[in-house]
Amino acid sequence: MFVQILFYAFSAILLAAALGVIASRNPVHSALSLVLAFFTSAALWLLIEVEFLAIVLVLVYVGAVMVLFLFVVMMLDVNIERVRGGFIRHAGLGLVVASLVAAQMIGVFWARNLGVDATLGAPPLPDDYSNTRALGEVLYTQYVYPFELAAVLLLVAIVAAITLTLRQRPGLKPQDVAKQVAVRREDRVRLVTGVDAAGTGPGADRDASPRGGEGA
Amino acid sequence: MTPTPTLASLAPALPEIWLTVAACIVLLTDAFAGRSARRITPTLTLLLLALGAAAILVWGQVDQRVDLFSGMYTADPLATVLKLLSFLFTAVALLYSRHWLEARGLLKGEYYVLVLTALLGICVMVSAGSLLTLYIGVELLALSLYALVAFDRDSGIAAESAMKYFVLGAIASGCLLYGMSLVYGMTGSLLLGEIAVAVQGQGVAPSLGLMMGLVFVVVGVAFKFGAVPFHMWVPDVYHGAPSPTTLFIASAPKIASFALAYRLLAEGLAGVEPAWGQMITIVAVLSALIGNLIAIAQTNLKRMLAYSAIGNVGFILLGFVAGTERGYEAALFYTIAYVIMALGSFGVIVLAGRRGFEADELDHYKGLHSRDPLLAVLMMVMMFSTAGIPPFVGFWAKLQIFEALWASGHAPLVVFGAAVSVIGVFYYLRVVKLMYFDAPGDLPVPERHTGVRFTLAINAAAVVALGLFPQALLELCQRVLP
Repeated sequence: MFVQILFYAFSAILLAAALGVIASRNPVHSALSLVLAFFTSAALWLLIEVEFLAIVLVLVYVGAVMVLFLFVVMMLDVNIERVRGGFIRHAGLGLVVASLVAAQMIGVFWARNLGVDATLGAPPLPDDYSNTRALGEVLYTQYVYPFELAAVLLLVAIVAAITLTLRQRPGLKPQDVAKQVAVRREDRVRLVTGVDAAGTGPGADRDASPRGGEGA
Repeated sequence: MTPTPTLASLAPALPEIWLTVAACIVLLTDAFAGRSARRITPTLTLLLLALGAAAILVWGQVDQRVDLFSGMYTADPLATVLKLLSFLFTAVALLYSRHWLEARGLLKGEYYVLVLTALLGICVMVSAGSLLTLYIGVELLALSLYALVAFDRDSGIAAESAMKYFVLGAIASGCLLYGMSLVYGMTGSLLLGEIAVAVQGQGVAPSLGLMMGLVFVVVGVAFKFGAVPFHMWVPDVYHGAPSPTTLFIASAPKIASFALAYRLLAEGLAGVEPAWGQMITIVAVLSALIGNLIAIAQTNLKRMLAYSAIGNVGFILLGFVAGTERGYEAALFYTIAYVIMALGSFGVIVLAGRRGFEADELDHYKGLHSRDPLLAVLMMVMMFSTAGIPPFVGFWAKLQIFEALWASGHAPLVVFGAAVSVIGVFYYLRVVKLMYFDAPGDLPVPERHTGVRFTLAINAAAVVALGLFPQALLELCQRVLP
């Protein structure tokens, strides 16, 4: 019973957050709503005892992907009003597609001759069951082939992304790690004399350069 | 707990292992070779492909079906032959492309790396034993192709077609994955062998869930083939992509599409053949009709050949419609024959241009005979063969399909196929007429690269030889299909 109440509570939050993603005017609010959606779906996963996936969802999506998203959203000045104009213009078609998708999903869930009862929950797992251990045991044994292939897929993504975006053009400011490491104190910090070290109050250094202490 | 595999037991997976290593070798060599990379990389890639093919011939062959990696990987004679052919076709495509890429400043190591990973995707699909590996193979191939289409970054039309391909491809992948998830839900297994057992005897009226899964799976397969009504990307991608990429897309990936359809529909879902047979019939008939009709209206040769590809895919799928062993053999024969012809015709397009001049409009082929007699002859052979005129291999390919359809009681489809082929003859012969009977305008003469032209001549010779002696290829198709 308690679990069911939790499920409905989290589901309601998840739906509200998902609505917030597409409905809010401010892209930063959208991104933050998405973070909330990820958190609540992780909670839903915890309810069916798949703790590893729940933790990974929070770590990877919230910790890495969404932070990157937020950076991009804040840096790019997206004209949200123009995008929303398109949203309203295509709302009719969108509604039709959405209702079709919804009808299909309901059809899958409630079809009588499907042969499985999709509304039944998973049976509870024994106390000593560890989802993480179970995943770990099959990942490098039974699923080693698709696992390695997925790694190659990521390699292809890296190669493709670099090929399509890396340009040799003048005026680039690339990082040179060797130069960064070899830098000396004298290159970066300039010590300025003339500031009263004792610091006898604001009046004391009015004669000295007022910004001298910052070093440049 | 699965037993730990030994090195020897992994031998059937040699092609995939080799290609992964080869892609890494090419990537690293290209990165560290500096200025000489331009010379080394193409040769190194071809060398690695040749070594890989030789290694498959020596160590990687299997006499019967072998399941590896808990059934996720299937090695059988069909897989071996398809992989060897994919290696060969890829190597030929790379051979044709080199001078084109060099002349336009696109000869970069990444091109070769991406072609190798695409080939890896093809091999994974060919050897897929489960829905999971099949899907990863599809994505591996698609992701490499998206990047290859966009490879010429300064070309607006290439970027546009890559974008279309990417968005539509993502939707199709979603459909395929959704269908696979439904099939998994209804059968309780990802392994194609177990799915085949689970759906056995469901016949014409499978359960609603399985039927929905089938619909989405067929949509995904039809998209990867580029069959009507999921063909919208084909003309734009063929037209917009750099010619060598078009050449590659038209070659080995077609074998992957055949493997996808065969593994998924003919092996995994064989039990519900009547159900997907109806859907494939509609897709095949529409493809053959619309592909051949719209090709007539094209003024761009690459677009025309794209619609021709759609029409030919219709014929390959007609082989699946027959639903018999004979039909799959015919489809395999047709696929191999078509790829050989596509390599030749796109090879001519790649070679007929030069720096600053893309020979992709039909008008560019006016009087090609007087500018470059050899290319004109080779193009003529390809056009005659694709049109299905004897004694070229294209004729036998169509004949095989018709025979299989006739034997399985699809007489109306035979008549339809013959009628559509006659329509197709028109636009193939128009190219020949342009090359031989029209006055040559003020067009540049193609550069003459002896080695590449020699390969192209062998390609055309193969079309003629397989047309005169189709028995060898026929027997191969019969032997590898169970």
